[in-house]
Amino acid sequence: MIKTPAWIQIERRPSPSGWTVFAISVVAILLALIVAGLFFQFYGVSALRAYGDIIKGAFGSRLGLTETVRRMIPLLVIGVGLTVAFRALFWNIGAEGQLLMGAVVASGIALFSGLPDPLLIPAMFLGAFAAGALWGIGPAILKAKLGINDVITTLMLNYVAIYVVHWLILGPWKGPTMRGFPYTDKFPTAAFLPMLGGTRIHLPTLAIGLAGALVLYFVVKKTRVGFEIRVVGENPDAAKYAGISQTKITVLAMVISGGLAGVAGVGEVAGVHHMLLNPSSIALSYGYTAIIVAWLARRNPLAVILTSFLFGVIMRGGDVIKISLGLPFQLVNVFNGLILFFLIGSEVLIRYRIRFGTVKETS
Amino acid sequence: MASKESVPLAVQLSGIVKRFPGVVANDGVSLIVARGEIHCLLGENGAGKTTLMRILYGLYQPDDGEIFLHGKPIRIPSPRAALDHRIGMVHQHFHLVPTLSVEENIVLGLSEGTGPFLRFKKTRQKLRRLADEYGLDVDPTAKIWQLTVGQQQRVEILKALYRDADILIMDEPTSVLTPQEVDALFGTLRTLVEAGLTIIFITHKLDEVMEISNRVTVLRKGKAVATVNTDESSKAELARLMVGREVVFRVEKKPPQLGEKILHVEDLHALNDRGLPALRGMSFDLSGGEILGVAGVSGNGQHELSEVLTGLRKATKGKAILGAHDLTQCSARTIADLGVAHVPTERIRVGTVPSMSVRENLILKSYRSREFCKWSILDERAAHENACRAIKEYEISAPHDGTPVGNLSGGNIQRLVLARELSGSPKFVVAAHPTYGLDVGATEQVRVVLLAQRDRGAGILLISEDLDEVFQISDRVLVIYEGQVMGIVRAEEANLEEIGLMMAGSYRQAVAE
Amino acid sequence: MSWESWLISTISRTLAYGTPLLLATLGEIYAERSGVLNLGVEGMMIVGALTGFAVAGKTGNPWLGVLAAGVVSGVFSLIHAFASVTLRANQVVSGLALTMLGLGLSGVIGRAYEGRPLMNTLDEISIPLLEKIPVLGPAIFQDQSPLVYVGIVMAILLWFVLFKTRIGISIRAVGEDPATADSLGINVSRVRYLCVMVGGVLAGIAGAYLSVAYRPSWTDGMTAGMGWIVIALTIFAFWNPISGMFGAYFFAALFVLSFRLQAWLSPELLKAMPYLLAIVVLIVVSRGTLQKRMGAPSALSLPYTRGED
Repeated sequence: MIKTPAWIQIERRPSPSGWTVFAISVVAILLALIVAGLFFQFYGVSALRAYGDIIKGAFGSRLGLTETVRRMIPLLVIGVGLTVAFRALFWNIGAEGQLLMGAVVASGIALFSGLPDPLLIPAMFLGAFAAGALWGIGPAILKAKLGINDVITTLMLNYVAIYVVHWLILGPWKGPTMRGFPYTDKFPTAAFLPMLGGTRIHLPTLAIGLAGALVLYFVVKKTRVGFEIRVVGENPDAAKYAGISQTKITVLAMVISGGLAGVAGVGEVAGVHHMLLNPSSIALSYGYTAIIVAWLARRNPLAVILTSFLFGVIMRGGDVIKISLGLPFQLVNVFNGLILFFLIGSEVLIRYRIRFGTVKETS
Repeated sequence: MASKESVPLAVQLSGIVKRFPGVVANDGVSLIVARGEIHCLLGENGAGKTTLMRILYGLYQPDDGEIFLHGKPIRIPSPRAALDHRIGMVHQHFHLVPTLSVEENIVLGLSEGTGPFLRFKKTRQKLRRLADEYGLDVDPTAKIWQLTVGQQQRVEILKALYRDADILIMDEPTSVLTPQEVDALFGTLRTLVEAGLTIIFITHKLDEVMEISNRVTVLRKGKAVATVNTDESSKAELARLMVGREVVFRVEKKPPQLGEKILHVEDLHALNDRGLPALRGMSFDLSGGEILGVAGVSGNGQHELSEVLTGLRKATKGKAILGAHDLTQCSARTIADLGVAHVPTERIRVGTVPSMSVRENLILKSYRSREFCKWSILDERAAHENACRAIKEYEISAPHDGTPVGNLSGGNIQRLVLARELSGSPKFVVAAHPTYGLDVGATEQVRVVLLAQRDRGAGILLISEDLDEVFQISDRVLVIYEGQVMGIVRAEEANLEEIGLMMAGSYRQAVAE
Repeated sequence: MSWESWLISTISRTLAYGTPLLLATLGEIYAERSGVLNLGVEGMMIVGALTGFAVAGKTGNPWLGVLAAGVVSGVFSLIHAFASVTLRANQVVSGLALTMLGLGLSGVIGRAYEGRPLMNTLDEISIPLLEKIPVLGPAIFQDQSPLVYVGIVMAILLWFVLFKTRIGISIRAVGEDPATADSLGINVSRVRYLCVMVGGVLAGIAGAYLSVAYRPSWTDGMTAGMGWIVIALTIFAFWNPISGMFGAYFFAALFVLSFRLQAWLSPELLKAMPYLLAIVVLIVVSRGTLQKRMGAPSALSLPYTRGED
């Protein structure tokens, strides 16, 4: 009765080594790039030239490199947080919305709080962290207490957040000095994030992202609460058996994940745009792309530094190709989608060994 | 073997062998079922009854042996093929889709009639006919989830009859029923047999065998030990055949040094995962320095008992007093902190985190203690030293303490669980099936370890389906049946026949000590 | 504008805007009923929109465009079916990947079609006699795209198939209890592939409706998040095609009204309603028995492997 399909045989693989995982991931990304290259060729663009342009554009100049890092920052900050949520078996698809809520609260503080200048930026970060965390806690509680699907709730809240931003920029917060455009007023300069000399790299956010990666790596690996998160994520039954509260861990993981996504929002409004504007200009699907970033990093916060850089390169590549080859920025989504599919495929390779052969009865 | 030569045979299994990794579930089993009889398959859990019937129903393929149906050799590659041969099976866990209606479940997967459209009119006519004929009344439009368990079972029988089954396998059909529903079921089965069907009835309950069957085949440890005519046998004989072995003491056991009473359980009630009563008023005491074995056929509340005592399941009534605390009011964490160790039934799924290292799994419960955790940071050196100690003391065979537990063998995982649970010199140990699936060496070692804990002064509740084990290392044996204490006897004074009768729910000791 | 004509045009716009939601939701209901969560609706819709526009433009026949959109999105959805059914991959990730891929491919390929007019659009029709009914006639039966009626017919048809035919029972059984369905000889993989494809085809047609009928043109990202409303709608409709129809029109009405009531009510609030309502519905049905009665498939998003009881 227990037959696997005729042409494919799948058996569970014992825990694979880190190198196996790394090698399989690299192969998956290369395959995705090859398929994307075929798409280029099919589309009448030389793949070699396209990739050459991307590499030159992303690494070839100081401007290129710094722009890559700018793109990387939100992915890093969100991705680091997502590793914790994913470790606790919580599917946070809502980073996009958490980012926007962070942006909203940061903008509110920047524009209307009247805080003294030196306190402004710290207050914006704290407020944004709290906003993102709150946006994430709701689904966490609904899942832990009522067993409600986390994917759907976090996803739906993304759109609620989008309309909150729309409402604000079209209504109560619409900037009187903006001549009818749907933006808030420009932030006071005290609310501008400090930049790395002459670039668009907003330093505090980058620092939070890098520090977050280090701290969370340490927390997950070395601390008591990290131990609890890992046990809940790897085997909820064993967590119950060991007396670990799953509710507490889920909520904690979402405070971290949502909060960091909120922080990424500060970077975008106070570091890049200096105002609250159209949600699609603020978020740019960072929240979704960061899912791939965290997934590819195999939920390791330190590895997110690497993977977020990779996706920073891809996003920068989108900018470059737009100019040099006249292809739309949407190309980035082609890369993202392909990489994600090949990663899913590689996941199967990691969890299982696949053999090709004929039907065999097993039991 | 007593077979009625004059009656035509319905099913003949000969020399059936079925191996699973590590176990031989059926070891050359032969079975002859005559047409028109109710034939019981009796045996303890793990005796191979269900495996044998799953082979007949096409769910498993035998490694060796032959199947004859009405005298002709056949192969049964799938349940569908079994149905084509008019063999139906009602599983212990029903194969019904809860959100579909009765008639939808009945036609599910059938390709009668033409085209994709349903002819519920015809279905209903046939159902009505079957219902009238056999007294199986169910509303065809009701959804399965709205029905009682007894009604659901009727749907399963109807499903088989609708597919024209003339051989019906019932796997422990009464285990989920109330006594009234059991009566109704037996009435139905008798009607079915009168109408010419053959029924194979899997059970471990002696009373049922006596009441319903014409003949009974007893299985023990994967072998058919006897087939007898029910009216020529007795419960006592069947109990002996089922349990079937003399108690052998192989492990060195000192006389117990009883300490003070550590656990007092009174009128304990709890529900199982399906929300049905699993424990129904259990009461017993346990002293330090003693092993109380819990004997019983699986599914009679042992699992729930171990979970209630360790805080993983809520009690609906009653108490379990350990020192100054009522365990039914404590969380799993509090109970562990009180010095209660728990070797869980499913040691890999529940007792360990397979993807985490040996070192980390060894501190799964004590990671918060000052020994392993300072200022919220885990002390890896302490964990490492702890792991080295445990690996040496319990002879855990692992390449190093960073190896994921999932890569260890079953015996080593059990050693690891024991090492962890017994490390803090617990007062009270709940050990559920501690040697299940282990090889001889590991089994022996686990038993020695448990005895050492007892000699140290711990009170141990040993839950096991292996009667040899229960008798070898327990000081007293509690027999559990349907969530009740049937009796508590001293291990060395135990009378096997009596134990067998208690396990099968046919005899209850007057007073528990 | 008189009150009467206001009502007529509101209903008429609601039907028009609700149709793509309805078509795609019917498809997602089928996929989820079979146990496969497909978050790729947005991607499948946009691929359908581009295909429909391109083929309609090239052939001059809008119906061919609609047909091609169904076929192409159906094939596109097979990626998700392969990942989630055959590879047993995580359906959330696979669905998101499908959406990204769809948005990306359509954005790049569609560049050439941006801003081009469509000569032969899917013309609106009126239904003789019925259009003469006062108020309802002009609101429902006058100057609507034929796809509006296709949507309504599909809803009834797919409801019938799901609840009244053998194949519908198989689909529901596979989404609820694949092991039981398998033991009765139903091919779980085949049913799931089929249902994911139904989802792809209908999402493709929904996309084509946008680009050849509703607003005959192609713009990058023109589905504008409709695919996510579809995910919400599927829950809101309790996985039932007829409720899906009413749900689609209800959400569409919120959308249409969000423009018409701007003076009194924040349009953003109304637009956020579908998403909030989906969460409310999830909370309401989180009790086990209610969930069963309401139709949430138990095996949703769980890959099926034989022999794992």
